[in-house]
Amino acid sequence: MSRRTVAELSRSLAKGEFSSTELTRDYLARIRAHNALYNAYITVTEDLALAQAAAADARRARGEHGPLTGIPLAHKDIFCIQDVLTTCGSKMLANFVAPYNATVVERFNAAGTVTLGKTNMDEFAMGSSNETSYFGPVRNPWDPERVPGGSSGGSAAAVAADLCAMATGTDTGGSIRQPAAFCGITGFKPSYGRISRWGMIAFASSLDQAGPICKSAEDAALMMNVMAGPDSRDSTCVDSAAPNYMTSLNDPLKGLRIGVPKQHLAKGLGAEVEAALQAALKVFEGLGATVKEVDLPNNHLSVSAYYVIAPAEASANLSRFDGVRYGYRCANPANLEDMYKRSRSEGFGNEVKRRIMVGTYALSAGYYDAYYIKAQQIRRLIKQDFDKAFQEVDVIIGPTTPHTAFKVGEKNDDPVTMYLEDIYTIGVNLAGLPGISIPAGSAKAPNGKPLPIGIQLVGNDFAEARVLNIAHQFQQHTDWHLQRPEV
Amino acid sequence: MALERSDVEKIAHLARLHIDAAEAQEVAGRISSILALIDQMQSIDTHDVAPLAHPFDAIQRLRKDEVTEVDQREYLQKIAPATQDGLYLVPKVIE
Repeated sequence: MSRRTVAELSRSLAKGEFSSTELTRDYLARIRAHNALYNAYITVTEDLALAQAAAADARRARGEHGPLTGIPLAHKDIFCIQDVLTTCGSKMLANFVAPYNATVVERFNAAGTVTLGKTNMDEFAMGSSNETSYFGPVRNPWDPERVPGGSSGGSAAAVAADLCAMATGTDTGGSIRQPAAFCGITGFKPSYGRISRWGMIAFASSLDQAGPICKSAEDAALMMNVMAGPDSRDSTCVDSAAPNYMTSLNDPLKGLRIGVPKQHLAKGLGAEVEAALQAALKVFEGLGATVKEVDLPNNHLSVSAYYVIAPAEASANLSRFDGVRYGYRCANPANLEDMYKRSRSEGFGNEVKRRIMVGTYALSAGYYDAYYIKAQQIRRLIKQDFDKAFQEVDVIIGPTTPHTAFKVGEKNDDPVTMYLEDIYTIGVNLAGLPGISIPAGSAKAPNGKPLPIGIQLVGNDFAEARVLNIAHQFQQHTDWHLQRPEV
Repeated sequence: MALERSDVEKIAHLARLHIDAAEAQEVAGRISSILALIDQMQSIDTHDVAPLAHPFDAIQRLRKDEVTEVDQREYLQKIAPATQDGLYLVPKVIE
């Protein structure tokens, strides 16, 4: 039963084919059997899960359930859950038991979902391979020699290996979409501000956004119906009510105008990914869509601007980790400064320290205009490129990643090589737009194993419902999203 | 722009990070390669472009100045490394 989509599980629970408790036990058994290999979970909350499953079954018996009542999910370990270890993949928070719930967690709890545990991630969400986690790398279920992508690598691997029915993720520069592409699943980053960031440990506050990681666009719509909406505790969360994302899933695509950025088809794009993209565009044309080229002339500067803005915001956000109020404190500090410096140096990993230093440098006296202001100016140019493209098209479709999942250790030597992995996803964060990665093909690794390929659909500001509709229609006419690795 | 070891030591101090003398050279190299990537921004002229701090140019919402949180000092201090009499303890600052 654990290999089905959330929509299927929801129907089975409604028909009484099995209970949430039975389903939860099944997932817990799968986690026990497979997590040692994939390392997708940092913490498994078995007692909490069984208690929530029993409560969900009782709620269903009373007829007070919603579509997600009793569905087992995993939360990225960046979301605070009260009285549960919340590490953010860091030694700094390896002992941090959160004293409150994130809004996203509260909303899932209110919907009656079952929390299986907390998933592994790149430390403080800084990484594209899940190799920067203090708790060790996550393995890709399609080929354990390969990375699952990052930073939401644990969530993506857990969904792909059916160690949960659905998972939460966060996306600052591609951290939902890139692991979804590498793991052959569906990952959706909504518009900036659509989902509350309260209780979601901050990395770069003008870019961070939570979203669903799951097996289909329909499942993403079900999750969005719980996650999205205003929250008075997050002043960046938009005030307008979220629509019902399920009602427009079956809208026809006839007349849909698709734009393909010519910059995304330029050098650097792998042949197999390009072939999968072209095949997907044919599917959309068959559904009545038209395809034209669009121009994103400043996209090549998105990674450069991002690696100023994100580290700058991170250097400010991560200054709170000082060994005073919570988290790691070094042993035997000689004085206050020694305590700050050693707690932070011993508590943070190398990639986090690098980004804090880059951000500190970019914000320091004499460099602020050349780096931080310049990056924000380029951010506006990137946003304007998208605005212009959306005057001509309804959705922008391109590759999610340049190629399929790479091997563990392959890109560790040079941080810049790793950063360039996110060339197609980062601009979407800078512009604040909704973007989804859906499976659209498969390539063969040298060892013969199939490796999934993802394509990215980007919508205009707050066009979440349209993006989910387009992705769902693709999935109604293809079966890439139904393919599963052998676990 | 390439960083010297002394630049790294200065930045590390500003960020309250301790960098061993042995690793400073390597850190300088890695950060320099990140700065080389960042410096590609200088290839275009942006002097007429207004900086974008927020994707939708939104401004902070204000709420009424009312107390909405309850006192949870004891509960929140349970996870602190060291407390005494409701205060956070740090190494002695004043001699």
